[in-house]
Amino acid sequence: MNNPANEASLAGGPAKTHHHDVPHHESHDAHDEHDHYNPGFWSKYVFSTDHKMIGMQYLVTGLIFLFLGFVMVILMRYQLAYPGKQIPFVGLWLQDIVGKAFMPGGVMAPDFYNSLGAMHGTVMIFLGVVPVAFAAFGNYVVPLQIGAPDMSFPKLNMASYWSFFLGGVLMMASFFMPGGTAKGGWTSYAPLSVIGDMPGTLGIPMTWPIALTGQSIWLISMVFLITSSLLGSVNFITTIIQLRAPGMTWMRMPFFCWAMLVTAYILLLAFPPLEAAAVMQLMDRVFHTSFFSPDGLVVNGLPLAKSGGGSVLLWQHLFWFLGHPEVYVLILPGIGIVAEIISNNTRKPLWSYKSLVYSAVSVGILSFVVWAHHMYLTGMGQKVAAFFQTTTVLISVPSVIIVTALLISYWGGSIRFNTPMCFATAWLPMFGIGGLTGIPLAFNSIVLQLHDTYYVIGHFHYVVAPGTLFAIFAGIYYWFPKATGRKMSEFWGKIHFFGSLICMNGIFMPMFLQGMAGMHRRWYDGGASYELAKPVLHLNVAITMAAFGLMIFQLPFIWNFFSSIFIGKKCGDNPWNATTLEWNTPTPPPHGNFTKPVAAYRGPNEYSVPGAPRDFSPQWEPNI
Amino acid sequence: MSELTTHTAEVAEHAHDDAAHVAAHIKTYLAVGGILLVGTVITVLLSYVDFGSQGRNIIIAMIVATIKVGFVAAIFMHLNSEKSTIYRVIVMTIFFCIVLFALTGLAIFDPIHLK
Amino acid sequence: MEIPYTVTARPDTGLYSAKIGIWLFLASEVMLFGGLFSSYVFLRMGATPGLWPHGLLNVPVGTMNTAILILSSVTVVMAWASLKMRKFNMYRLYMAITILCGIIFLAVKLGYEYPDKFHHFGAYIKPEAVEKYERYLGNEHMAKKGLAPRYEITGHLEGETEDHFLVLLDPINANPTDPANDRPHFIPRGRPGEAQWQTFEAAEKAGKKEEAEKLEHELIEKNLLAEVKKEDVRWASAFEPKHSSFFAVYFTITGLHGLHVLGGILIFLYFLFPGAALYKKNPEHLANRIEVAGLFWHFVDLVWIFAFPIFYLL
Repeated sequence: MNNPANEASLAGGPAKTHHHDVPHHESHDAHDEHDHYNPGFWSKYVFSTDHKMIGMQYLVTGLIFLFLGFVMVILMRYQLAYPGKQIPFVGLWLQDIVGKAFMPGGVMAPDFYNSLGAMHGTVMIFLGVVPVAFAAFGNYVVPLQIGAPDMSFPKLNMASYWSFFLGGVLMMASFFMPGGTAKGGWTSYAPLSVIGDMPGTLGIPMTWPIALTGQSIWLISMVFLITSSLLGSVNFITTIIQLRAPGMTWMRMPFFCWAMLVTAYILLLAFPPLEAAAVMQLMDRVFHTSFFSPDGLVVNGLPLAKSGGGSVLLWQHLFWFLGHPEVYVLILPGIGIVAEIISNNTRKPLWSYKSLVYSAVSVGILSFVVWAHHMYLTGMGQKVAAFFQTTTVLISVPSVIIVTALLISYWGGSIRFNTPMCFATAWLPMFGIGGLTGIPLAFNSIVLQLHDTYYVIGHFHYVVAPGTLFAIFAGIYYWFPKATGRKMSEFWGKIHFFGSLICMNGIFMPMFLQGMAGMHRRWYDGGASYELAKPVLHLNVAITMAAFGLMIFQLPFIWNFFSSIFIGKKCGDNPWNATTLEWNTPTPPPHGNFTKPVAAYRGPNEYSVPGAPRDFSPQWEPNI
Repeated sequence: MSELTTHTAEVAEHAHDDAAHVAAHIKTYLAVGGILLVGTVITVLLSYVDFGSQGRNIIIAMIVATIKVGFVAAIFMHLNSEKSTIYRVIVMTIFFCIVLFALTGLAIFDPIHLK
Repeated sequence: MEIPYTVTARPDTGLYSAKIGIWLFLASEVMLFGGLFSSYVFLRMGATPGLWPHGLLNVPVGTMNTAILILSSVTVVMAWASLKMRKFNMYRLYMAITILCGIIFLAVKLGYEYPDKFHHFGAYIKPEAVEKYERYLGNEHMAKKGLAPRYEITGHLEGETEDHFLVLLDPINANPTDPANDRPHFIPRGRPGEAQWQTFEAAEKAGKKEEAEKLEHELIEKNLLAEVKKEDVRWASAFEPKHSSFFAVYFTITGLHGLHVLGGILIFLYFLFPGAALYKKNPEHLANRIEVAGLFWHFVDLVWIFAFPIFYLL
């Protein structure tokens, strides 16, 4: 085998390249360098290229956005439960911020409801869950788990974060523009998104540039966010392919890394068509093209002054080509986190690790061929509908295999119910409910009844709210000791867990009932003016109460998170007695991660190996 | 350290091979450049020939374009002798690109028949 | 600890990291342009027969630009080969030619092709009024040949009043039954009535009212100038993105492609001047970087190879 260090020196460069395959020669050198690494404040905390700091930046920014998205939906929930009433405490204050047109007398106007709805979806998905579940955990954990000193392209990594940050700030800034934010939902369906938010409407001055109206800003900041995830996913895939430590073969890689690899592939290939679509919609808005404006479109009784010839369905296809894989972008990192925690706390290897890996990969591939099940009611023919029904039912197979394998992993384990494990355990039924309620939606005849009702809202929130969020919480409680050297409080953690579990179900379970009763998801008054919603109207109040409860039960988490940094119980390098490589680093890991050469000698979850001295056999310990 | 010296010698030979290898390919690069220019002229000329329908002209032009692209990819982008990791990425991308075209096309051109 | 495999290949994959990185990036670029090209396909297939414009772009100029881009692809691969053979001066030469080609490409696009389109004008006639304009559209002739009907009158907008456009016609509308215009490819820059129009303008300027009127009448008689009533027009615009789906896709794809060319030029400028200092430290690393940047450049070329026929020729 060629020694790269020598090849570099031969080519005229300094022989400084360190290499995993020659740990014995290089280890001292590597250690010295780590000691010399002493950046200033700005390059350490702000413009950092260290994957751990970037991961933490993503985590904090993402949690803030999750909170903002949550606040938005709380305001909406109040309007749904008590339509037309002044929002207590914050109503009049909001009137000052967003203007009289949107919050007249502290009461939410329909346009502002639409704004909040669009922003809740966008913020939660693109600015909250993806950055936390994928970027934060991925950045922090993946290089550690595969035994790499950093990501492959640290500078790209930094660019990825700042592109995300810019996109997020821009998105939030649109609240303060004339006319407010985008109002087209997170899906931004044409043609309403193209003709809405124009100068001359909603109090936007006629001279205001179209590029600075809410919907245009949504599109521009989506381009930033897509750029960010593109840079991130290129980096993740390259890192996982290139920087695995010696001995870390594909089938010795922790399942979390597999989940991240599949997620990164989905982001890489599914996002660009949406970027193309965003560019085209921006052209439609700013340069008045007709990509998504069909012939003969009439607005307010007047034919739209455009060439026409476009297709509204084209937008939906390009959007859902991303939109559906995006669901798996949200859930796969969660599955990865939960799998690590379940294996660790049942003190057992994951049941059928290989089938988990293959399932994750097949979910990733299948996720690209199911998107049109969001579009059954757009006049789709039977052949196509039959195809998408088949693929949609097919994709439930690997998903069920994943959940089943995780469930069977509990069998015969000596289970420790600490806070991360509580969240991971609750994740199983939550994701299960979310997944199983999705199966009816795979069939277009049932969708006739359920399309765009609260049933759909309940279904996908079970997947992405308790599903993804419980995994995120589990992950935070689980890896917090590695990042800070202190454990989070179990007491507050349990309160957070049980409160959240009850409230989450209190919010989303009644939605199934409302949805089956025919309640539409976009009613601004929560159905108060619709006869058919009368029997399920009282549930609106219950849901809103549960949402408030959920907010209150996040307070212990916020307290726990910040206080534990300073007063949490101190712990060693491997507080959970875990087996994967990240627990082999000093706590918190230094720049460059590993102080000594690292290699993987066995599979990722070798717990309770018969004959082993302890109930866990770490990957980094050679066989004796 | 003797082990390292042998490595150095090996690497030196390897680098030398590399340069010779590249030098041998220069003629190929120029030839491909010529083929591409000729291909461009052919594309333009073929578009003036009426093959019976617009559709046939499009198909023929796309075949010529694909051949040209094939040359660029195989020779200029070294895909004629690349590593398997790259091939895997490309195959996957082409697959999903076809999915994007084919399924969207299917869905748009198989609407419900209202009768 | 330094990050391994930036210069040398990882033994089991045989690749240095940047190469995987750029191929993954190109994969996403394929999907980006795939999204755009699929839009082109569906908009075109969904267009009403006769409404998809043909032959509005300048084929010779487009062919020249294609050749320039192909040439730059050759030079960039030669630049990389020169580095591999450690011929630094040749590298600089080839790199400079590549950058020059890129700049010429952009200059032709932005300096000539785009503005030329912006000066061109087209008016779509309402289907119910098409018969009134038969002498410009020649739909009887088209029907006889089994071709899709024409709806658009194109040319140079010479004047606009409250109720009509005055269009100096393109050959296709001046001579709609000429078989050479059945499947138009390339409308010459000059319009058949150009010279007479200038005499008319001169006469008008000189105040020779009678002569001017006679000339104008003659222009209209000879089918070189058309008065298009606004009430008969469904949609009229200069050849800007908003003119039609065709120009919308054309400007979007070539615009995005142009941005890629610009990005490539900036990268190459970096590697020609400040980035070339790496040669003294580690020529292999520089060669790798040029290979990676070259892969991007070839991809840009590759997109153009598809874009050229579908916009200019078909």
